[in-house]
Amino acid sequence: MITFDDVVKVYPGGSTAVDHLSLELPTGKTTVFVGPSGCGKTTSLRMINRMVHPTSGRVLIDGQDVAGQDEALLRRGIGYVIQHAGLFPHRTVLDNVATVPMLTGKTRREARTAALGLLERVGLSEEFAKRYPAQLSGGQQQRVGVARALAADPPVMLMDEPFSAVDPVVREGLHKEFLRLQEDLGKTIAMVTHDIDEAIKLGDVVAIFRQGGVLAQMGTPQELLDHPADDFVAEFVGRDRGFRGLSFDSAADLPVRELTPDLVLDDKGRPEGWRVDGGIKALGGTFTTADSLRQVTDLAIISPVGIAVRVDESGAADGLVRHHDLADHLAARRGRSA
Amino acid sequence: MITYLSNNGDTVLAALRQHIWLALVPVLLGFVIALPIGWLGVRFPWLYHPLVNVAGVLYSIPSLALFVFLPVLLGTKILSPLNIVVALTIYTVALLARTVADGLRAVDPLIVQAASAMGYRRFKRLTDVELPVALPVILAGLRSATVANISLVSVGALIGVGGLGQLFTRGFQLFYLEPIFVGIILSVLLAAAADGIIVLIQRALTPWTRA
Repeated sequence: MITFDDVVKVYPGGSTAVDHLSLELPTGKTTVFVGPSGCGKTTSLRMINRMVHPTSGRVLIDGQDVAGQDEALLRRGIGYVIQHAGLFPHRTVLDNVATVPMLTGKTRREARTAALGLLERVGLSEEFAKRYPAQLSGGQQQRVGVARALAADPPVMLMDEPFSAVDPVVREGLHKEFLRLQEDLGKTIAMVTHDIDEAIKLGDVVAIFRQGGVLAQMGTPQELLDHPADDFVAEFVGRDRGFRGLSFDSAADLPVRELTPDLVLDDKGRPEGWRVDGGIKALGGTFTTADSLRQVTDLAIISPVGIAVRVDESGAADGLVRHHDLADHLAARRGRSA
Repeated sequence: MITYLSNNGDTVLAALRQHIWLALVPVLLGFVIALPIGWLGVRFPWLYHPLVNVAGVLYSIPSLALFVFLPVLLGTKILSPLNIVVALTIYTVALLARTVADGLRAVDPLIVQAASAMGYRRFKRLTDVELPVALPVILAGLRSATVANISLVSVGALIGVGGLGQLFTRGFQLFYLEPIFVGIILSVLLAAAADGIIVLIQRALTPWTRA
C-alpha cells in the first residue's frame, strides 16, 4: 500500500502543485491519477520514488516513509514507465530491459536471459532483442519500456502517461495487454493520465485531481460515473458518462429475441449480414454474453436494421436485441437500483 | 620531389614523427582535461556561459603569440617542444570543453530522467548513459580538434619546433619548392589519416547511430 499523508508541494516560485493530499493506493491494484494539466498528478506520482520531494507531509510505501530511504536503492525497487518510453538509444532492446537487474548486481548473462523472457511477456518476439530503440515503432518502444520497468520484478510500478504518445489503434492494443499483464502480475500501480476514458478503462481506483493539486474525488470508475461528488467531477467524467457507464454492465442478463429470416447465416449458423431491400448489408459486428451493454448499444446503433446480433462461443447467432429492448432493459435496471 | 625525398628521407621522417607527436599528445591531454570541465558546465548550469566565453577567448588567441608567450609564463626554454604541447592542449580544451558540454546538454532530458528513475547514481548515469549518448557529438568535436592541431603544429616551425612545418621554413629560406610540397602533402595525408581513424573508432563505438 502506498500512502500519501497530508502531502504538500509548493514550488520555489510560490505556486502550489499539491495541496494537502491524503490518499491510499491499495496493494495489487491499479490507481489512476487523472485531471487537467497543472493539477499536480505527475508531481504526486514522482513523490513516490523521490523524483520530487514534498514540502511537507509524508509518502509511505507499506508503512515506510520514502524520505528516509536511499534514493537509488528505493528507485531500483520501483518500476517506472514514461511517455515516449525514454529508452536508452545506445543500447539494444535486450540491454535496455536488462538495465535494472544489471544495476542491482546481476551478471550480464543472467540479466539478459531474464530480459528475453520479459520481452516475450510484453508480446515482442526474440528478433527484437538485438535491435536499437530507433528501429522500433512507438507502440513497440512502449512495450519495451514496460518490460524494462518489470525487469527487476518490483512490487510497485509508476506509469506516467505511458500510452499517450501512441496512436489510438495501438493504444487500444496496449490497453488490452496492460490489463492482461496486470491480471497476471497484480502489481501495485500508480498511473497518471489526462484521459478520463483511459483512467476508467485501466483503473481499479481513479483519483480525480483539480487545478491547484486538490483531490476532487476518489473511487472506483463506476462510483465516479454514477455518483460524481460535484460539478467539476461530473464535467470531467464527461457528458456521455451515462453511455460510458454501460461499460460496466454485462450483456449476460440482457433478454434476447429469436432470430428472424432477414438475418443471413452460413452453413454453421454464423451470421453473415442482413437482407435489406433485396441486397445484403454488413452486420457491423456481433456480441457475446461476455461483452458489455456499451458494446451492444453501439452495435444496435451501427446496424443497418437497428438490431444487435448475439453469438455463442462457436460464433453461431443465438439471439437479437433491438434498440427498444435496450431502452426497456435500462429502464428496468433503473427501477431496480432506485 | 622523389630525389628530394631520397636525399632527405631521414629529415622528413623525423619531422613527420615530431609532427604526429606534437599534434596528438595535446589531443589526448586536452580530451582528458575537457571531459570534467565540460561536465561541470552541465552540472552547474550557471557555469556554462562563462565556460563558453572563456573557451572562445582562448581559442581566438593567435597561435604564434601563444607559442612565444608561453615560455615567459611557464619558464620553459623558447625552443622546448613543451611550449607547443601546452599551447595546443589549451586550444583542444577550449574546443572540446564546449563540445562535451553541448553534447551532454543535448541528451534528451527524458532519457536522463528515466535513468535516474531506474536507480542510477549520478556518476554511473554519466558514464553509462549520458556520455555514451553524447559520444557522436563529442567525437565530432574531437575530429575538428585533431585536424586543427595537425595544421597548427606547422606554425611552431617559426619558433624552431614545428614538425613538418620545418620543411616549409627550410623551403622558404632556400627558395626551394620541393620540401614545401612534401610538407603540404604529408600534413594533408596525416590529417586525413587521423580523421579516418577517429571515424572508425566512432563506427565501432556507436553502432546505434546507424540504426
